[in-house]
Amino acid sequence: MNPELLIASLYVFALAAFLGYQVISRVPPLLHTPLMSATNAISGISVVGALVIAGAHENHYTAWLGFIAVVLASANVVGGFMITDRMLKMFRKKDELKDVKKENAKK
Amino acid sequence: MSLYAVEITYLIAAILFVFGLKGLSHPDSARRGMILAAAGMAAAIVGTLFERAIVSYEWIVAGLVVGSLIGAAMSIWMPMTAMPQRTALSHAFGALAAALVGVAEYSLHGASMGRFRIGALGFEVMLGSLTFTGSMMAFSKLQGLMRGTPITYKGQNVVTSILLVVTVSSFIYLLINPSFAAAFYVMVCIAFLFGVLLVIPIGASDMPVVMSLLNSYAGLASAATGFVLANNVLIIAGTLDGFSGFILSILMCRAMNRSITNVLFGAFGAYVADTGVAETGTMREVGLEDVAIQLAYARQVVFVPGYGMATAQAQFAVRDLGDALEHHGVTVKYAIHPVAGRMPGHMNVLLAEANVPYSSLYEMEQINPELPRTDVAVVIGANDVVNPEARDNPKSPIAGMPIIECDRSKSVVVLKRGKGKGFSGLENPLFFKPNTGMLYGDAKTSLSQLVQEVQKVR
Repeated sequence: MNPELLIASLYVFALAAFLGYQVISRVPPLLHTPLMSATNAISGISVVGALVIAGAHENHYTAWLGFIAVVLASANVVGGFMITDRMLKMFRKKDELKDVKKENAKK
Repeated sequence: MSLYAVEITYLIAAILFVFGLKGLSHPDSARRGMILAAAGMAAAIVGTLFERAIVSYEWIVAGLVVGSLIGAAMSIWMPMTAMPQRTALSHAFGALAAALVGVAEYSLHGASMGRFRIGALGFEVMLGSLTFTGSMMAFSKLQGLMRGTPITYKGQNVVTSILLVVTVSSFIYLLINPSFAAAFYVMVCIAFLFGVLLVIPIGASDMPVVMSLLNSYAGLASAATGFVLANNVLIIAGTLDGFSGFILSILMCRAMNRSITNVLFGAFGAYVADTGVAETGTMREVGLEDVAIQLAYARQVVFVPGYGMATAQAQFAVRDLGDALEHHGVTVKYAIHPVAGRMPGHMNVLLAEANVPYSSLYEMEQINPELPRTDVAVVIGANDVVNPEARDNPKSPIAGMPIIECDRSKSVVVLKRGKGKGFSGLENPLFFKPNTGMLYGDAKTSLSQLVQEVQKVR
């Protein structure tokens, strides 16, 4: 790896860290559980690394490792986004809940 | 598709991830934000499929399908009370994926890697491996496969330190001589072992900190993968995840007035000596009818849930009681301590699941000034987070931990399974106060009975 690339990567890291600090400090404790599952889903982006290794198929050993990594990371991506949405759907305002209760009463 | 096109999808993904997390600053914008982030993820994955290095698609497609099915199944059927376990598992998955990618990279290009890449690879594999086993241990503790109390043995810190030294020295050796594969595999194996030893001495009540830390490590392992592969979207997403976990760990530690080192190496639950003042008073047991009348004629009632509410699955019963009281014109609020439960925000999710509007959920700082004006504080399966010893007794093991000051409210009702001490084994003076009533029994049953009694009150 050449030095320019290294420095550029370090810049990206430092700026992402700063940005992460700013954005995540604003998340209220109310949403800390969804935050954890959301960041988990997002860091499942490592699936792209796994895809390249599984798809390049250099030898059976690495293809298997890549395959397992694809399974694990995509489980995190799909599962993480789905459960985050399932949780966020539950956080409702009072008037929204009244509508829900009325609907339930009709049934 | 050209290289630029793939890179552009990554850039879009990175931007959408940040927007997604920004959406989480308010419940109203959160879902939309997450849809953006998911769209970014889809773009990045589709973009990667056009990567030139990819020659065969069978493995990839099979992997994506199997993984998506596992993930979907886990998120559809997982009960909300099991969120901490699910989160521990997903930390384990993410970390293992990063570690496996690292091992594959090493076996392909390890010998020809420069010092910097091998360094990043070392971090990736080390963090990935120890987070994997550490998260599996956390999972076993949360799931009850393993006892939740800290597991300690003589010379524990010495053993852990030796392993740390061995791992770090093999890492350094690898930096000097990247083609020496034995050093790499020794490092991996010991990192796996290290993760186990890191988590077993930590008690279940400290899980919010452990979960946050493992979250942070799993993220940093992904970021290190980004350095190895020179992939910016991986660096960004991993760093966001890593910092999110880091911030949460700090918040959790602050909510317990402890340092991270103390949580990791203190073996909190191992405190046998209770430095608290020996309580001589008696606990006053109260009956259902009395509590029902007390609640129905109150002006303001504050519920303080703890992990006990989750184990009793009592969140729906709590909401029913809250509704019945509101029907009587009582103002009902819910007070959430930051470390109540087994992961950050655990209680909020459970109560939201039971259709408690989020405007009724109050943070500790918001509710404490209101407690002196509160007629009844109802403590449901919480103990340490309402223990006045933390505030009053500087010698107490939990001294300085901010608490929900139930003892300042006009009266307190404590729902508790039995007469025993709490998880930490500390005596709680709140239970002995003259205006505290103890209601023993399963929280869910007691609460449902209270609902019926309250409805009888005219």
